[in-house]
Amino acid sequence: MIPSLPRPAWLRAATVLYVGAFLLFLFLPLTVVAVFAFNDAPYPAPPWHGFTLDWFLGNEAEGRLGLFRDSELLGSIWTSGIVALWVTGLSVAVGTANAFLMEREQFAGKGILSMLMLTPLVIPGVILGISILAFASRLADLCTDLFGIEADFLRPGLPLVVLGQFSYIVAIATLTISARLKRFDRSLEDAALNLGASHAAVLRTITLPYLRPALIGSAAIAFLMSFENFNTTLMLVGSDAPLTIMMYGRMREGATPVLNAVSLFLMTASAVLALTLMRRGKSQQS
Amino acid sequence: MTGGVAGWYRRLLVALLLAPALLWLLALIILPHLDLAVLSFRERVAPREYVASLAQYRTFFGEPLYWHVFVRTALLSALATVLTLLVAFPIAWIIAKLARGRMSALLFVVCLIPFWVSETVRTLGWMILLRESGVLPAILVHLGITAQPVELLYHDATILVGLVYTSLLFMVVPLVGSLESLDNSLIEAGYDLGGKGWSILRTIVIPHAAPGITAGCIVVFMLTLGNYLTPTLLGGKNSLWFTEQIYTQFITRFNWEQGAAFGFLLLALSTAMVWLGLALSGQRFSDVMRRV
Repeated sequence: MIPSLPRPAWLRAATVLYVGAFLLFLFLPLTVVAVFAFNDAPYPAPPWHGFTLDWFLGNEAEGRLGLFRDSELLGSIWTSGIVALWVTGLSVAVGTANAFLMEREQFAGKGILSMLMLTPLVIPGVILGISILAFASRLADLCTDLFGIEADFLRPGLPLVVLGQFSYIVAIATLTISARLKRFDRSLEDAALNLGASHAAVLRTITLPYLRPALIGSAAIAFLMSFENFNTTLMLVGSDAPLTIMMYGRMREGATPVLNAVSLFLMTASAVLALTLMRRGKSQQS
Repeated sequence: MTGGVAGWYRRLLVALLLAPALLWLLALIILPHLDLAVLSFRERVAPREYVASLAQYRTFFGEPLYWHVFVRTALLSALATVLTLLVAFPIAWIIAKLARGRMSALLFVVCLIPFWVSETVRTLGWMILLRESGVLPAILVHLGITAQPVELLYHDATILVGLVYTSLLFMVVPLVGSLESLDNSLIEAGYDLGGKGWSILRTIVIPHAAPGITAGCIVVFMLTLGNYLTPTLLGGKNSLWFTEQIYTQFITRFNWEQGAAFGFLLLALSTAMVWLGLALSGQRFSDVMRRV
């Protein structure tokens, strides 16, 4: 069971086999997605017809619209990026405020508030989506009835998608930033204050630099979760489809390998992001 | 500190910090859910005219398709949670206890990598692998196991494979956390006292890892129950997943009252399971959420 106890040979062999099978299970789907991005055939399916870059570079005239010429797909990547930037900015800002509120201040109802802040994490994304959709529509109807204003931002569309994703991603940012703030040694702040620094200067030169890793980490997580979100977005999306919604629609119609190409692009982007973060994490520790 | 300029300043600060938190929770969580509840308890009698009624819930229980799909979604989610635990436990054990130093860290990171990639991409991978013209049926024919390519998509088993795959991360992380804190000398002591693998697992390991197991199961069950992408793409027309019913009512049929009732039923089930998991393992909600 553990290295210090005798383990029979069959158990060792079984362990190695299990790890092998597990890794195969994990990486097989990703591998086929990557491989069939380069298959010279109109469908992402075997047999292998030879290597091509058509699904990246091909143009419509050849009958193969490659990723870099597919303005619909590129537009949806852009849309996802804009949404993710908004969600990231909002989540990190509000998450930081929440962390200071919960770790530093005392007030009535703090226990209930701290519970409430966690609830978005146990509400299924689809339900967050429909509840915000219904509530926003009610508000929009009210605006029209009372003031005769068309509040278009409350109708399905990107502003609602941003709010829907923010509603639970901010809970994750709050947890991440609070965890780091909790470990902060407050005597550092007291020392700076005793030495005559203003509260603003202490925040800027001591507390925020200390929180930096958590701020960057939660920003990366927020961006990634927003970019990949499907459930909440599906319910709130208007005419501009973010990437996951666009891909879903095309997968139902029967995909061409251009989806593999865009997937490979996403995998590369995630890998670069992950490696950069891990590098940072290591250099911060040493 | 009470009263005077300092106390006033402190109160202003709390108010400023409270504002975004209250705005978030009220405008995006509490009020929308209250509104959803109101919506689910009313019935349209004429255009723009509504009365309070239980009609939406009556429809749910009266129409076998609806509650069958609901029960089916709950059962398959529970099954997927158990399977995820069974698949994830050995690998978590290997990471936490068997692999050493660098190897353990590497294995852990390798386990996390697929989850940096969008669920859409992972599902696309499974579709390419499993569909009739896909990779695995071709391999089966090549090996002579089946004469014709078989359709491996659109079965309940396919949905389960996809759900387990997509949930693994949320089980492995809390399991590794709770197994790492288990002192090896306890296992050695159990062994020296004549304990066999199974009895050590049951009396020492599982009780110690219970918080991690609970945390993993709660999150996996909730995510599986609320999943939309994996069941609809891997199960096709046979998926019959409850989130799909919600989508149909809300977006396709524009029957928001019915959709709201369905949403509330799903939320109730999800909340009940979270509560049950916490009660059974005697844990606090906030501790569990911090583990994942």
